[in-house]
Amino acid sequence: MIYLASAVIMVPVAKRLGLGSVLGYLVAGVLIGPAGLEFIGLEGQDIMHFAEFGVVMMLFVIGLELEPSRLWRMRKDIAGLGGLQVGITSLVVMGLALAFGIYWKEALALGLIVAMSSTAIVMQTLDEKGWLKTAAGQSSFAVLLFQDLAIIPMLALFPLLASNQPEEVAHGSESGSLVSNLPAWEQAVIVLGSVAIVVVTGKYLLRPVFRIMAKTGMREMFTAIALLLVVGIAVLMTSVGLSPALGAFLAGVVLANSEYRHELESSIDPFKGLLLGLFFISVGSSIDFQLIISKPLLIMGLVSGFMICKAAILFALGKIFKVRTAQNFIFSFGLSQVGEFAFVLLSFSLQEGVLTKDITDIMMAVVAISMALTPLVMVLNDKLILSRVCKVEEGLQVQRPSDVEEQDNPVIIAGYGHFGNTIGRFLRANNVTATVLDNDSDNVDFLRRMGLKVYYGDATRYELLDIAGANKAQMIIIAINDEEKRLEMIETVKKHFPHLHILVRSTNRNDAYDLMNAGMMHIYRETFDTSLRLGIDALKLLGHRAHEATRSAKTFFIHDERTLKHLSKIRNDEELYLNTVRQSIEELEMIMQADREAMNLGAIAGWERKAENA
Amino acid sequence: MPKILIQFAHPTLSKSSVQKTMESYCRTVKGVTFNDLYENYPDLYIDVKKEQQLLLQHDIIVLQHPFYWYSSPPIMKQWLDLVLEYNWAYGPEGNRLAGKKIFNALSCGGSKEAYKDTGYNRFPVNVYLLPFNQTAHLCKMEYLPPFVIHETYSMKQQTIDDHGKQYASILKAFVNNEIQQEHYQHIEYLNELHLLSALNS
Repeated sequence: MIYLASAVIMVPVAKRLGLGSVLGYLVAGVLIGPAGLEFIGLEGQDIMHFAEFGVVMMLFVIGLELEPSRLWRMRKDIAGLGGLQVGITSLVVMGLALAFGIYWKEALALGLIVAMSSTAIVMQTLDEKGWLKTAAGQSSFAVLLFQDLAIIPMLALFPLLASNQPEEVAHGSESGSLVSNLPAWEQAVIVLGSVAIVVVTGKYLLRPVFRIMAKTGMREMFTAIALLLVVGIAVLMTSVGLSPALGAFLAGVVLANSEYRHELESSIDPFKGLLLGLFFISVGSSIDFQLIISKPLLIMGLVSGFMICKAAILFALGKIFKVRTAQNFIFSFGLSQVGEFAFVLLSFSLQEGVLTKDITDIMMAVVAISMALTPLVMVLNDKLILSRVCKVEEGLQVQRPSDVEEQDNPVIIAGYGHFGNTIGRFLRANNVTATVLDNDSDNVDFLRRMGLKVYYGDATRYELLDIAGANKAQMIIIAINDEEKRLEMIETVKKHFPHLHILVRSTNRNDAYDLMNAGMMHIYRETFDTSLRLGIDALKLLGHRAHEATRSAKTFFIHDERTLKHLSKIRNDEELYLNTVRQSIEELEMIMQADREAMNLGAIAGWERKAENA
Repeated sequence: MPKILIQFAHPTLSKSSVQKTMESYCRTVKGVTFNDLYENYPDLYIDVKKEQQLLLQHDIIVLQHPFYWYSSPPIMKQWLDLVLEYNWAYGPEGNRLAGKKIFNALSCGGSKEAYKDTGYNRFPVNVYLLPFNQTAHLCKMEYLPPFVIHETYSMKQQTIDDHGKQYASILKAFVNNEIQQEHYQHIEYLNELHLLSALNS
């Protein structure tokens, strides 16, 4: 309960400050941990093990979103970028450790541990910023994936590195694996066998099961089976000594082509989110402040040393792999922390006697701090470096604000993906110039080179809108694809630039209702016109006259816009006591009833009469 | 006081100085409703109920448009086809427009000379307008002579303004009930009304 309460308080605060939810969770952890208010003590460690499950689920979900074909296309990035990152970072850190007089086996272990980044923090942050699909997001993902894969050989390698006597021999063999006492080749067979089991089960066995579940029509069943699946895989993988996260990821990829993937994803999402949150909180609470206070210079030195070292290597790799400068900053700073797998590796290496307790304790603190710093680094990167990098390319315009004002465009387009881009092209074809805001720096780069006036950044922020000339513009077109961001942006625009016409893209009916509630007059459902155009062509292919079909579609269009407005009013009144499912069914019935009536009205008396005569 | 409804049809108004001038002058007259058809129905999807409502609210209907191929731009015809419904505008029970006045207000490139039997257009403008005339007749409306501006291609802005002023003054005279049947009974174009002393005062 304390965990939940602290999260509920801290996450919105952190979001409000623009710091992202990860930092919120971490701060919550610090506050309630032994170092803060002492609500929780050492049991934080246990919770952490439990919460690592969140990471497993996250990888399952990531796997779900990754079709095998896409994974195959990314093979160069995964092996090249990821392999080089892990290899070079390990060697550099190992070199440093050697220089400080640490024995080479320990140094190698440290190097491998430090090479890991945090999948949980990075993916969560990228997702929140909407950067997963950008070059930085893709590269980060490739590196993280390679690291996850690399865990397996590392776990196998560590026992060989053991130079110290294991603290307790019995403890070591207890470390979870059922098969560790078997000869090596049998181990290999069993490991391969269990991977095969996951793949075969996912591919052939699960589909009929899902079908049966879908027939029962109960959503809970999907949640249940999704949880069962993930837990089952985790248990299986742990028992053969593989990383459960990797197993879950594999299962996810296998199921990515399944028609039930969205169902699975949405049913497991809340668990994933909560457990991840828990995980971050426990990372926060596990930071040993006593140790930090006793050796502040050493620990801070290590943290900054590791992070700078990792970021530098990543940045160089990014350059080699031709990631653009702005994206490269996101990529290299984002992955500069030491990740949660380090915890696993550290405790494992302690058990196996690779490292001494002194070193692992210090490293635990270092890892936790570096994870905690990541969101901060990302924020700094976003606010300081990215805005500067993007401005430098903009040249003189920013230094001479009067110039900007003179050529202020009447239109601002927020979001220049496939939706906004069509609008922009159309306006340009009619000699209307628009200022564009986008949060994909690659896209920004490209558009700048095409001679467009483009600003990089989060269009929901007042500062950016101000720089973009919202004061002088006549209208703003909100074409970003994130529903919540759109609503946020509407609030900002209404508050600071009330003179602007707002034209806003909407995903569907429900989204349109929300936009109406936000007071929007110009709402454009992104699939509505297209569906109707398809409907017209369908009628034509069935032998209807083209003009009649087109007219009928227009009648339908006008009628549906009207129904939408009408229903949005009713909806507000009844929302309190109608449950969502029933509501949407009833609404569909009402819409269809109204459709029939409207189409009767749509028959044109003026023409009908003439048709009879001539 | 009679109310005037101007049904205006011009597909490229931004390029026509004559019609733009006519528009801006007639909008200044009190009692005139200016209904821009292409602006309201850019895809020719006309709201029949709304248009009928407008007709009922007015006493004099002006069909203002450029003279394209001896007729109106297509939206005007679309409007007639859809709005003037059987048993509403015409037919045994179609009396809703009965007694209203209607006329065309045109701009055309050719000179008045061209619209003579010796000119290259061979027939007078009024002959080309017979379909409008008869439509009005079937709807039991009174069809008045048209207001016509000739030779628009080479016209100077000064002259255009004069025509605009004249158009506005005639509309105003209608609103003020200053024009009776005897005034327009024997004239070819409403433009000739400016000879009336009542309008010049």
